[in-house]
Amino acid sequence: MSEIKSRDADLVVIGAGPAGLAAAISAKKNGVQDLFVIERNDWLGGILPQCIHDGFGIELLQEQLTGPEYAQRYIDELRKLEISCMLSSMVLEITPEKKVFVASPAGLFCFNAKAIILAMGCRERTRGQICIPGTRPAGVYTAGVTQNLINLKNVIVGKDVVILGSGDIGLIMARRLTLEGAKVHAVVEILPHTNGLPRNIQQCLIDYDIPLLLSHTVIEIHGQNRVDSVTISPVDENLKPIKGKEQRITCDTLLLSVGLIPENDLSKKCGVKLSSVTGGAVVNETLETSVPGVFACGNALHVHDVVDFVTLEAERAGKSAAEYILGKPRKMERIRVEAGNGIRYVLPQRILRCTDLELSIRVACPGENVTIGFFDGKKLVKKKKFRKVHPARMIKIMLGKSETVAIKALKVEVLGK
Amino acid sequence: MRKEMICIGCPMGCYLAVDYVGKTIRDVNGNRCKVGLEYAEKEISNPERTLTTTVKVKNGNLPLVSVRTNKPISKNKIFDTMDFLAKIEVEAPIKIGESIVQNIFNTGVNIVATKNILKNKS
Repeated sequence: MSEIKSRDADLVVIGAGPAGLAAAISAKKNGVQDLFVIERNDWLGGILPQCIHDGFGIELLQEQLTGPEYAQRYIDELRKLEISCMLSSMVLEITPEKKVFVASPAGLFCFNAKAIILAMGCRERTRGQICIPGTRPAGVYTAGVTQNLINLKNVIVGKDVVILGSGDIGLIMARRLTLEGAKVHAVVEILPHTNGLPRNIQQCLIDYDIPLLLSHTVIEIHGQNRVDSVTISPVDENLKPIKGKEQRITCDTLLLSVGLIPENDLSKKCGVKLSSVTGGAVVNETLETSVPGVFACGNALHVHDVVDFVTLEAERAGKSAAEYILGKPRKMERIRVEAGNGIRYVLPQRILRCTDLELSIRVACPGENVTIGFFDGKKLVKKKKFRKVHPARMIKIMLGKSETVAIKALKVEVLGK
Repeated sequence: MRKEMICIGCPMGCYLAVDYVGKTIRDVNGNRCKVGLEYAEKEISNPERTLTTTVKVKNGNLPLVSVRTNKPISKNKIFDTMDFLAKIEVEAPIKIGESIVQNIFNTGVNIVATKNILKNKS
Protein backbone atom coordinates (compact mmCIF):
# COMPACT_ATOMS: atom_id res chain seq x y z
CA MET A 1 0.00 0.00 0.00
CA SER A 2 1.56 3.24 -1.09
CA GLU A 3 1.46 6.24 1.15
CA ILE A 4 -0.93 9.13 0.53
CA LYS A 5 1.00 12.30 -0.21
CA SER A 6 -0.58 15.29 1.47
CA ARG A 7 -0.41 18.80 0.06
CA ASP A 8 -2.02 22.17 0.75
CA ALA A 9 -3.68 24.03 -2.13
CA ASP A 10 -5.78 27.14 -2.47
CA LEU A 11 -8.11 25.68 -5.06
CA VAL A 12 -8.83 22.30 -6.62
CA VAL A 13 -10.94 22.25 -9.79
CA ILE A 14 -12.46 18.85 -10.54
CA GLY A 15 -12.74 18.26 -14.27
CA ALA A 16 -10.94 19.84 -17.24
CA GLY A 17 -13.86 20.16 -19.64
CA PRO A 18 -15.03 23.59 -20.76
CA ALA A 19 -16.29 24.39 -17.24
CA GLY A 20 -13.15 23.32 -15.40
CA LEU A 21 -10.85 25.13 -17.84
CA ALA A 22 -12.77 28.42 -17.67
CA ALA A 23 -13.14 28.21 -13.88
CA ALA A 24 -9.41 27.64 -13.37
CA ILE A 25 -8.45 30.45 -15.77
CA SER A 26 -10.85 32.84 -14.08
CA ALA A 27 -9.66 31.89 -10.57
CA LYS A 28 -6.05 32.48 -11.55
CA LYS A 29 -6.86 35.82 -13.18
CA ASN A 30 -8.68 36.82 -10.00
CA GLY A 31 -5.63 36.22 -7.85
CA VAL A 32 -5.56 32.53 -6.92
CA GLN A 33 -1.96 31.32 -7.24
CA ASP A 34 -1.90 27.79 -5.93
CA LEU A 35 -4.46 25.81 -7.91
CA PHE A 36 -4.79 22.38 -9.51
CA VAL A 37 -7.08 21.03 -12.18
CA ILE A 38 -7.75 17.29 -11.84
CA GLU A 39 -8.87 15.40 -14.93
CA ARG A 40 -9.54 11.67 -15.20
CA ASN A 41 -8.94 11.49 -18.97
CA ASP A 42 -5.52 11.93 -20.53
CA TRP A 43 -6.59 15.05 -22.44
CA LEU A 44 -7.95 18.51 -21.70
CA GLY A 45 -11.26 19.81 -23.01
CA GLY A 46 -13.63 17.08 -21.82
CA ILE A 47 -16.25 16.17 -24.39
CA LEU A 48 -15.28 18.98 -26.82
CA PRO A 49 -12.63 17.06 -28.84
CA GLN A 50 -15.33 14.64 -30.02
CA CYS A 51 -17.83 17.43 -30.82
CA ILE A 52 -16.33 18.11 -34.23
CA HIS A 53 -19.37 20.02 -35.54
CA ASP A 54 -19.41 23.80 -35.55
CA GLY A 55 -21.59 26.28 -33.72
CA PHE A 56 -19.58 26.72 -30.55
CA GLY A 57 -18.66 30.20 -29.42
CA ILE A 58 -21.27 32.26 -31.28
CA GLU A 59 -22.57 33.98 -28.15
CA LEU A 60 -19.26 34.47 -26.39
CA LEU A 61 -16.61 34.80 -29.11
CA GLN A 62 -18.87 35.82 -32.03
CA GLU A 63 -17.32 33.01 -34.07
CA GLN A 64 -18.63 29.64 -35.21
CA LEU A 65 -15.99 27.27 -33.89
CA THR A 66 -15.91 23.49 -33.76
CA GLY A 67 -15.66 21.78 -30.37
CA PRO A 68 -11.92 21.03 -30.59
CA GLU A 69 -11.19 24.60 -31.74
CA TYR A 70 -13.22 26.05 -28.87
CA ALA A 71 -11.40 23.83 -26.37
CA GLN A 72 -8.00 24.80 -27.78
CA ARG A 73 -8.59 28.50 -27.03
CA TYR A 74 -8.97 27.70 -23.35
CA ILE A 75 -6.24 25.06 -23.27
CA ASP A 76 -3.81 27.63 -24.73
CA GLU A 77 -4.83 30.18 -22.12
CA LEU A 78 -4.51 27.65 -19.30
CA ARG A 79 -0.97 26.84 -20.45
CA LYS A 80 -0.09 30.52 -20.79
CA LEU A 81 -1.20 31.10 -17.20
CA GLU A 82 0.88 28.07 -16.12
CA ILE A 83 -1.98 26.38 -14.29
CA SER A 84 -1.10 22.87 -13.06
CA CYS A 85 -3.18 20.03 -14.47
CA MET A 86 -3.14 16.42 -13.31
CA LEU A 87 -4.27 14.19 -16.18
CA SER A 88 -5.31 10.52 -15.94
CA SER A 89 -6.15 11.34 -12.34
CA MET A 90 -9.35 10.40 -10.60
CA VAL A 91 -10.83 12.22 -7.63
CA LEU A 92 -11.99 9.47 -5.29
CA GLU A 93 -13.58 11.54 -2.59
CA ILE A 94 -14.04 15.08 -1.37
CA THR A 95 -14.93 15.96 2.21
CA PRO A 96 -16.77 18.95 3.74
CA GLU A 97 -13.37 19.97 5.21
CA LYS A 98 -12.30 20.23 1.57
CA LYS A 99 -9.87 17.38 1.50
CA VAL A 100 -9.60 16.05 -2.06
CA PHE A 101 -8.37 12.46 -2.47
CA VAL A 102 -6.87 11.76 -5.88
CA ALA A 103 -5.57 8.57 -7.51
CA SER A 104 -3.01 9.55 -10.13
CA PRO A 105 -0.22 7.86 -12.08
CA ALA A 106 2.16 9.50 -9.57
CA GLY A 107 0.39 7.86 -6.63
CA LEU A 108 -2.30 8.79 -4.14
CA PHE A 109 -2.68 12.42 -3.14
CA CYS A 110 -4.69 14.30 -0.57
CA PHE A 111 -5.10 18.01 -1.24
CA ASN A 112 -6.08 20.17 1.69
CA ALA A 113 -7.89 22.79 -0.33
CA LYS A 114 -9.31 26.13 0.75
CA ALA A 115 -11.94 25.89 -1.98
CA ILE A 116 -13.18 23.35 -4.52
CA ILE A 117 -14.91 23.87 -7.85
CA LEU A 118 -17.13 21.02 -9.01
CA ALA A 119 -16.90 20.85 -12.82
CA MET A 120 -17.44 17.16 -13.50
CA GLY A 121 -19.90 17.61 -16.35
CA CYS A 122 -22.71 15.18 -16.99
CA ARG A 123 -23.35 11.68 -18.27
CA GLU A 124 -25.88 10.21 -20.69
CA ARG A 125 -29.04 8.42 -19.70
CA THR A 126 -28.97 4.83 -20.91
CA ARG A 127 -31.43 2.18 -22.00
CA GLY A 128 -31.72 0.93 -18.43
CA GLN A 129 -32.88 4.30 -17.19
CA ILE A 130 -35.76 4.54 -19.65
CA CYS A 131 -36.62 0.82 -19.46
CA ILE A 132 -37.18 -0.09 -23.14
CA PRO A 133 -38.58 -3.65 -23.29
CA GLY A 134 -37.20 -6.32 -25.61
CA THR A 135 -34.12 -8.44 -26.07
CA ARG A 136 -30.65 -7.26 -25.13
CA PRO A 137 -28.71 -7.41 -28.38
CA ALA A 138 -25.60 -5.49 -29.42
CA GLY A 139 -26.27 -2.33 -31.39
CA VAL A 140 -27.89 -0.14 -28.73
CA TYR A 141 -25.70 2.91 -28.15
CA THR A 142 -26.00 6.27 -26.48
CA ALA A 143 -25.48 9.17 -28.89
CA GLY A 144 -22.40 10.49 -27.11
CA VAL A 145 -20.66 7.10 -27.14
CA THR A 146 -21.40 6.85 -30.86
CA GLN A 147 -19.91 10.30 -31.35
CA ASN A 148 -16.78 9.22 -29.50
CA LEU A 149 -16.44 6.03 -31.58
CA ILE A 150 -16.97 7.73 -34.95
CA ASN A 151 -15.08 10.97 -34.40
CA LEU A 152 -12.16 9.82 -32.26
CA LYS A 153 -11.74 6.09 -32.87
CA ASN A 154 -12.78 5.67 -36.52
CA VAL A 155 -15.42 3.06 -35.69
CA ILE A 156 -18.77 3.17 -37.46
CA VAL A 157 -21.51 1.72 -35.24
CA GLY A 158 -24.04 0.55 -37.84
CA LYS A 159 -25.62 0.99 -41.26
CA ASP A 160 -29.35 1.25 -40.57
CA VAL A 161 -30.11 3.44 -37.63
CA VAL A 162 -33.08 4.60 -35.59
CA ILE A 163 -32.51 7.40 -33.10
CA LEU A 164 -34.65 7.76 -30.00
CA GLY A 165 -34.75 11.28 -28.59
CA SER A 166 -34.38 14.57 -30.40
CA GLY A 167 -31.86 16.25 -28.13
CA ASP A 168 -29.00 18.05 -29.83
CA ILE A 169 -26.52 15.18 -29.65
CA GLY A 170 -29.08 12.87 -31.29
CA LEU A 171 -29.68 15.36 -34.11
CA ILE A 172 -25.97 15.99 -34.63
CA MET A 173 -25.37 12.22 -34.78
CA ALA A 174 -28.20 11.75 -37.29
CA ARG A 175 -26.30 14.05 -39.67
CA ARG A 176 -22.92 12.58 -38.83
CA LEU A 177 -24.05 8.99 -39.47
CA THR A 178 -25.68 10.06 -42.74
CA LEU A 179 -22.47 11.77 -43.89
CA GLU A 180 -20.54 8.58 -43.06
CA GLY A 181 -22.85 6.50 -45.24
CA ALA A 182 -25.37 5.09 -42.78
CA LYS A 183 -29.11 5.37 -43.34
CA VAL A 184 -30.97 7.06 -40.49
CA HIS A 185 -34.54 5.82 -40.82
CA ALA A 186 -36.11 8.08 -38.24
CA VAL A 187 -35.57 10.27 -35.20
CA VAL A 188 -38.29 9.33 -32.74
CA GLU A 189 -39.36 11.77 -30.00
CA ILE A 190 -41.88 10.95 -27.28
CA LEU A 191 -42.78 14.59 -26.62
CA PRO A 192 -44.89 16.66 -29.04
CA HIS A 193 -41.90 18.99 -29.51
CA THR A 194 -38.18 18.49 -29.99
CA ASN A 195 -35.61 19.10 -27.32
CA GLY A 196 -32.94 20.12 -29.78
CA LEU A 197 -32.12 23.58 -31.04
CA PRO A 198 -34.27 24.59 -34.02
CA ARG A 199 -31.22 25.16 -36.22
CA ASN A 200 -30.21 21.53 -35.69
CA ILE A 201 -33.63 20.40 -36.93
CA GLN A 202 -32.83 22.30 -40.14
CA GLN A 203 -29.18 21.46 -40.71
CA CYS A 204 -29.18 17.90 -39.32
CA LEU A 205 -32.61 16.52 -40.27
CA ILE A 206 -34.34 18.61 -42.95
CA ASP A 207 -31.12 19.00 -44.96
CA TYR A 208 -30.83 15.21 -45.23
CA ASP A 209 -34.54 14.30 -45.42
CA ILE A 210 -34.44 12.42 -42.12
CA PRO A 211 -37.97 11.93 -40.76
CA LEU A 212 -38.72 13.32 -37.29
CA LEU A 213 -41.57 11.45 -35.60
CA LEU A 214 -42.93 13.54 -32.73
CA SER A 215 -45.20 11.97 -30.08
CA HIS A 216 -43.68 8.57 -30.91
CA THR A 217 -41.45 6.22 -28.94
CA VAL A 218 -39.64 2.92 -29.21
CA ILE A 219 -41.66 0.28 -27.37
CA GLU A 220 -39.59 -2.81 -28.13
CA ILE A 221 -36.10 -3.76 -29.28
CA HIS A 222 -35.77 -6.96 -31.36
CA GLY A 223 -32.83 -9.16 -32.31
CA GLN A 224 -30.78 -11.93 -30.76
CA ASN A 225 -27.08 -11.12 -31.18
CA ARG A 226 -27.55 -7.80 -32.98
CA VAL A 227 -30.50 -5.42 -33.17
CA ASP A 228 -32.60 -6.46 -36.21
CA SER A 229 -35.53 -4.09 -35.77
CA VAL A 230 -37.41 -1.87 -33.31
CA THR A 231 -41.11 -1.38 -32.80
CA ILE A 232 -42.24 2.21 -32.56
CA SER A 233 -45.64 3.53 -31.60
CA PRO A 234 -47.38 6.88 -31.40
CA VAL A 235 -48.18 8.01 -27.84
CA ASP A 236 -51.22 9.76 -26.38
CA GLU A 237 -51.16 12.99 -24.37
CA ASN A 238 -50.10 11.02 -21.27
CA LEU A 239 -47.14 9.68 -23.28
CA LYS A 240 -48.63 6.15 -23.25
CA PRO A 241 -48.33 4.08 -26.47
CA ILE A 242 -51.56 3.92 -28.49
CA LYS A 243 -52.49 0.25 -29.04
CA GLY A 244 -52.86 -0.99 -32.62
CA LYS A 245 -50.69 1.77 -34.14
CA GLU A 246 -47.35 0.00 -33.77
CA GLN A 247 -44.90 -0.04 -36.64
CA ARG A 248 -41.74 -2.13 -37.00
CA ILE A 249 -38.61 -0.57 -38.46
CA THR A 250 -35.79 -2.80 -39.70
CA CYS A 251 -32.45 -1.51 -38.42
CA ASP A 252 -29.18 -2.75 -36.98
CA THR A 253 -28.60 0.11 -34.55
CA LEU A 254 -30.63 2.07 -32.02
CA LEU A 255 -29.13 5.33 -30.77
CA LEU A 256 -30.37 6.86 -27.55
CA SER A 257 -30.33 10.61 -27.05
CA VAL A 258 -32.61 10.68 -24.06
CA GLY A 259 -31.17 13.20 -21.72
CA LEU A 260 -28.15 14.00 -19.60
CA ILE A 261 -27.61 13.67 -15.88
CA PRO A 262 -25.27 16.00 -13.97
CA GLU A 263 -22.40 13.98 -12.54
CA ASN A 264 -22.55 14.42 -8.78
CA ASP A 265 -21.44 11.25 -7.02
CA LEU A 266 -18.57 13.17 -5.44
CA SER A 267 -20.82 16.07 -4.43
CA LYS A 268 -23.30 13.78 -2.69
CA LYS A 269 -20.67 12.09 -0.61
CA CYS A 270 -19.38 15.50 0.47
CA GLY A 271 -22.84 16.50 1.69
CA VAL A 272 -23.60 19.01 -1.08
CA LYS A 273 -27.35 19.52 -1.25
CA LEU A 274 -28.70 18.61 -4.70
CA SER A 275 -31.80 19.80 -6.54
CA SER A 276 -34.20 17.06 -7.60
CA VAL A 277 -35.12 19.15 -10.66
CA THR A 278 -31.70 20.04 -12.08
CA GLY A 279 -29.82 17.03 -10.70
CA GLY A 280 -27.05 19.44 -9.73
CA ALA A 281 -26.17 21.36 -6.58
CA VAL A 282 -28.41 23.96 -4.99
CA VAL A 283 -26.36 27.16 -5.23
CA ASN A 284 -26.49 30.82 -4.32
CA GLU A 285 -25.70 33.74 -6.64
CA THR A 286 -21.95 33.16 -6.18
CA LEU A 287 -22.47 29.55 -7.36
CA GLU A 288 -21.47 28.32 -3.90
CA THR A 289 -23.14 25.07 -2.85
CA SER A 290 -24.55 24.21 0.58
CA VAL A 291 -21.00 23.31 1.66
CA PRO A 292 -19.05 26.55 2.28
CA GLY A 293 -16.13 26.95 -0.12
CA VAL A 294 -17.43 24.34 -2.56
CA PHE A 295 -18.63 25.88 -5.83
CA ALA A 296 -20.30 24.27 -8.86
CA CYS A 297 -20.60 25.17 -12.52
CA GLY A 298 -21.21 23.82 -16.00
CA ASN A 299 -23.13 20.64 -16.73
CA ALA A 300 -22.39 19.27 -13.26
CA LEU A 301 -24.56 22.10 -11.94
CA HIS A 302 -27.31 21.94 -14.58
CA VAL A 303 -27.35 20.71 -18.16
CA HIS A 304 -26.67 23.57 -20.59
CA ASP A 305 -27.63 23.79 -24.24
CA VAL A 306 -24.63 25.82 -25.43
CA VAL A 307 -21.04 25.70 -24.24
CA ASP A 308 -20.75 29.50 -24.19
CA PHE A 309 -23.05 29.62 -21.18
CA VAL A 310 -20.98 26.90 -19.49
CA THR A 311 -17.88 29.03 -19.93
CA LEU A 312 -19.54 32.19 -18.62
CA GLU A 313 -20.95 30.38 -15.60
CA ALA A 314 -17.60 28.73 -14.87
CA GLU A 315 -15.86 32.10 -15.03
CA ARG A 316 -18.24 33.34 -12.34
CA ALA A 317 -17.54 30.25 -10.21
CA GLY A 318 -13.80 30.87 -10.59
CA LYS A 319 -14.17 34.48 -9.52
CA SER A 320 -16.36 33.53 -6.55
CA ALA A 321 -13.87 30.88 -5.43
CA ALA A 322 -11.09 33.48 -5.67
CA GLU A 323 -13.04 35.93 -3.50
CA TYR A 324 -13.68 33.17 -0.96
CA ILE A 325 -10.03 32.14 -0.86
CA LEU A 326 -8.76 35.71 -0.65
CA GLY A 327 -11.08 36.34 2.27
CA LYS A 328 -13.55 38.83 0.84
CA PRO A 329 -16.18 39.57 3.54
CA ARG A 330 -19.09 37.16 3.22
CA LYS A 331 -22.75 37.98 3.40
CA MET A 332 -24.87 35.12 4.63
CA GLU A 333 -28.50 36.09 4.56
CA ARG A 334 -30.16 34.79 1.43
CA ILE A 335 -33.66 34.69 0.06
CA ARG A 336 -35.22 31.78 -1.77
CA VAL A 337 -35.89 31.73 -5.48
CA GLU A 338 -38.80 29.57 -6.49
CA ALA A 339 -39.89 28.22 -9.88
CA GLY A 340 -43.62 28.80 -10.26
CA ASN A 341 -46.19 28.04 -12.92
CA GLY A 342 -44.72 27.20 -16.35
CA ILE A 343 -41.12 27.29 -15.15
CA ARG A 344 -39.06 24.10 -14.85
CA TYR A 345 -36.27 25.64 -12.85
CA VAL A 346 -34.50 28.83 -11.87
CA LEU A 347 -30.87 28.98 -10.92
CA PRO A 348 -29.44 30.10 -8.49
CA GLN A 349 -31.95 28.86 -5.94
CA ARG A 350 -30.75 31.31 -3.24
CA ILE A 351 -29.88 34.94 -3.79
CA LEU A 352 -28.55 37.89 -1.85
CA ARG A 353 -30.87 40.85 -1.74
CA CYS A 354 -29.67 44.04 -3.40
CA THR A 355 -27.03 42.59 -5.72
CA ASP A 356 -26.85 42.61 -9.47
CA LEU A 357 -27.31 39.02 -10.52
CA GLU A 358 -28.05 36.74 -13.40
CA LEU A 359 -30.78 34.11 -13.38
CA SER A 360 -30.78 31.03 -15.62
CA ILE A 361 -34.33 29.96 -16.36
CA ARG A 362 -35.84 27.02 -18.19
CA VAL A 363 -39.51 27.02 -19.14
CA ALA A 364 -41.60 23.84 -18.88
CA CYS A 365 -42.98 23.86 -22.42
CA PRO A 366 -42.60 25.78 -25.68
CA GLY A 367 -44.65 28.92 -26.25
CA GLU A 368 -44.95 32.16 -28.19
CA ASN A 369 -45.38 35.69 -26.85
CA VAL A 370 -44.80 34.51 -23.32
CA THR A 371 -44.35 36.92 -20.41
CA ILE A 372 -42.27 35.80 -17.48
CA GLY A 373 -43.04 37.55 -14.20
CA PHE A 374 -40.90 37.97 -11.09
CA PHE A 375 -42.89 38.14 -7.87
CA ASP A 376 -42.26 39.01 -4.24
CA GLY A 377 -45.26 37.27 -2.72
CA LYS A 378 -48.15 38.68 -4.76
CA LYS A 379 -46.26 41.78 -5.86
CA LEU A 380 -44.90 41.86 -9.41
CA VAL A 381 -41.31 43.13 -9.25
CA LYS A 382 -40.37 42.76 -12.91
CA LYS A 383 -41.68 41.20 -16.07
CA LYS A 384 -40.21 40.39 -19.41
CA LYS A 385 -41.83 39.35 -22.65
CA PHE A 386 -40.39 36.74 -25.02
CA ARG A 387 -41.47 36.20 -28.59
CA LYS A 388 -40.55 32.55 -28.38
CA VAL A 389 -39.62 30.29 -25.47
CA HIS A 390 -38.51 26.68 -25.58
CA PRO A 391 -37.42 24.22 -22.86
CA ALA A 392 -34.27 23.51 -24.89
CA ARG A 393 -33.26 27.17 -24.82
CA MET A 394 -32.03 28.50 -21.51
CA ILE A 395 -33.18 32.01 -20.71
CA LYS A 396 -30.75 34.42 -19.03
CA ILE A 397 -32.16 37.39 -17.17
CA MET A 398 -30.26 40.09 -15.31
CA LEU A 399 -31.84 41.27 -12.10
CA GLY A 400 -30.68 44.68 -10.95
CA LYS A 401 -29.86 45.78 -7.38
CA SER A 402 -32.88 48.04 -7.25
CA GLU A 403 -35.24 45.22 -8.18
CA THR A 404 -34.34 43.06 -5.19
CA VAL A 405 -33.82 45.76 -2.50
CA ALA A 406 -36.70 44.93 -0.22
CA ILE A 407 -38.00 41.59 -1.42
CA LYS A 408 -38.57 38.69 0.96
CA ALA A 409 -38.64 35.91 -1.62
CA LEU A 410 -38.56 35.64 -5.37
CA LYS A 411 -40.91 33.57 -7.45
CA VAL A 412 -40.58 33.29 -11.21
CA GLU A 413 -43.58 32.25 -13.28
CA VAL A 414 -45.15 32.40 -16.70
CA LEU A 415 -47.99 34.93 -16.66
CA GLY A 416 -51.42 34.05 -18.04
CA LYS A 417 -52.14 35.52 -21.45
CA MET B 1 -43.28 30.84 -54.17
CA ARG B 2 -43.12 30.54 -50.42
CA LYS B 3 -40.67 28.44 -48.45
CA GLU B 4 -40.37 27.91 -44.72
CA MET B 5 -36.96 27.35 -43.15
CA ILE B 6 -35.12 27.64 -39.87
CA CYS B 7 -32.20 30.06 -39.70
CA ILE B 8 -28.99 28.29 -38.67
CA GLY B 9 -27.08 31.51 -37.93
CA CYS B 10 -27.22 31.19 -34.14
CA PRO B 11 -28.85 29.08 -31.39
CA MET B 12 -31.95 31.33 -31.50
CA GLY B 13 -33.19 29.48 -34.61
CA CYS B 14 -35.69 31.91 -36.14
CA TYR B 15 -38.45 30.32 -38.23
CA LEU B 16 -38.40 32.13 -41.55
CA ALA B 17 -41.11 32.41 -44.17
CA VAL B 18 -39.49 33.34 -47.46
CA ASP B 19 -41.38 34.61 -50.51
CA TYR B 20 -39.38 34.40 -53.71
CA VAL B 21 -39.57 34.29 -57.48
CA GLY B 22 -36.93 32.18 -59.21
CA LYS B 23 -33.80 33.00 -57.24
CA THR B 24 -34.93 36.47 -56.15
CA ILE B 25 -36.25 37.16 -52.68
CA ARG B 26 -39.47 39.19 -52.45
CA ASP B 27 -39.98 39.10 -48.70
CA VAL B 28 -38.59 37.44 -45.56
CA ASN B 29 -40.60 37.18 -42.36
CA GLY B 30 -39.65 35.89 -38.92
CA ASN B 31 -35.96 36.86 -38.80
CA ARG B 32 -34.71 38.89 -35.86
CA CYS B 33 -31.52 40.14 -37.46
CA LYS B 34 -29.73 40.50 -40.79
CA VAL B 35 -28.13 37.07 -40.48
CA GLY B 36 -31.57 35.58 -41.17
CA LEU B 37 -31.96 37.75 -44.25
CA GLU B 38 -28.59 36.73 -45.66
CA TYR B 39 -29.31 33.08 -44.84
CA ALA B 40 -32.68 33.19 -46.66
CA GLU B 41 -31.04 34.71 -49.74
CA LYS B 42 -28.37 32.01 -49.78
CA GLU B 43 -30.93 29.24 -49.28
CA ILE B 44 -32.85 30.37 -52.34
CA SER B 45 -29.88 31.04 -54.61
CA ASN B 46 -27.11 28.65 -53.57
CA PRO B 47 -27.49 26.94 -50.19
CA GLU B 48 -24.21 26.43 -48.38
CA ARG B 49 -23.12 24.65 -45.23
CA THR B 50 -19.97 24.41 -43.19
CA LEU B 51 -18.93 20.77 -43.42
CA THR B 52 -17.17 19.17 -40.48
CA THR B 53 -15.81 15.63 -40.59
CA THR B 54 -12.63 13.66 -39.98
CA VAL B 55 -9.62 12.54 -42.01
CA LYS B 56 -7.42 9.50 -41.36
CA VAL B 57 -4.04 10.12 -39.74
CA LYS B 58 -0.77 8.22 -40.24
CA ASN B 59 1.52 7.83 -37.22
CA GLY B 60 -0.54 10.09 -34.97
CA ASN B 61 -1.56 9.94 -31.32
CA LEU B 62 -5.15 9.64 -32.61
CA PRO B 63 -6.39 7.68 -35.68
CA LEU B 64 -8.36 10.68 -36.97
CA VAL B 65 -7.99 14.43 -37.23
CA SER B 66 -11.16 16.52 -37.13
CA VAL B 67 -11.47 18.95 -40.06
CA ARG B 68 -13.80 21.65 -41.37
CA THR B 69 -14.33 23.68 -44.48
CA ASN B 70 -12.73 27.09 -43.88
CA LYS B 71 -15.93 28.65 -45.22
CA PRO B 72 -19.34 27.27 -46.14
CA ILE B 73 -19.38 24.97 -49.17
CA SER B 74 -22.20 24.46 -51.64
CA LYS B 75 -24.68 21.90 -50.28
CA ASN B 76 -24.51 19.84 -53.46
CA LYS B 77 -20.75 19.34 -52.96
CA ILE B 78 -21.07 17.85 -49.47
CA PHE B 79 -21.20 14.15 -50.38
CA ASP B 80 -18.49 14.52 -53.04
CA THR B 81 -16.29 16.13 -50.41
CA MET B 82 -17.03 13.32 -47.95
CA ASP B 83 -16.06 10.72 -50.58
CA PHE B 84 -12.85 12.57 -51.36
CA LEU B 85 -11.86 12.96 -47.73
CA ALA B 86 -12.58 9.28 -47.00
CA LYS B 87 -9.80 8.32 -49.40
CA ILE B 88 -6.97 10.48 -48.11
CA GLU B 89 -4.62 10.11 -45.18
CA VAL B 90 -2.38 12.75 -43.57
CA GLU B 91 0.89 12.30 -41.77
CA ALA B 92 1.22 13.44 -38.15
CA PRO B 93 2.04 15.89 -36.66
CA ILE B 94 -0.80 18.18 -37.69
CA LYS B 95 -1.40 21.67 -36.36
CA ILE B 96 -4.81 23.16 -35.72
CA GLY B 97 -5.71 25.50 -38.60
CA GLU B 98 -3.39 23.72 -41.06
CA SER B 99 -4.82 23.18 -44.56
CA ILE B 100 -5.36 19.50 -45.36
CA VAL B 101 -6.81 20.08 -48.84
CA GLN B 102 -6.57 23.36 -50.79
CA ASN B 103 -9.35 24.61 -53.05
CA ILE B 104 -11.40 21.41 -53.06
CA PHE B 105 -13.23 20.80 -56.37
CA ASN B 106 -12.22 24.34 -57.41
CA THR B 107 -14.73 25.80 -54.98
CA GLY B 108 -12.18 28.11 -53.35
CA VAL B 109 -12.84 26.26 -50.11
CA ASN B 110 -10.03 24.69 -48.07
CA ILE B 111 -10.28 21.78 -45.68
CA VAL B 112 -8.50 22.70 -42.44
CA ALA B 113 -7.59 20.73 -39.32
CA THR B 114 -9.54 21.68 -36.18
CA LYS B 115 -7.25 19.99 -33.67
CA ASN B 116 -3.60 19.33 -32.99
CA ILE B 117 -2.37 15.80 -33.65
CA LEU B 118 0.96 14.77 -32.19
CA LYS B 119 3.36 12.30 -33.73
CA ASN B 120 3.03 8.88 -32.16
CA LYS B 121 6.09 8.12 -30.03
CA SER B 122 6.15 4.40 -30.84
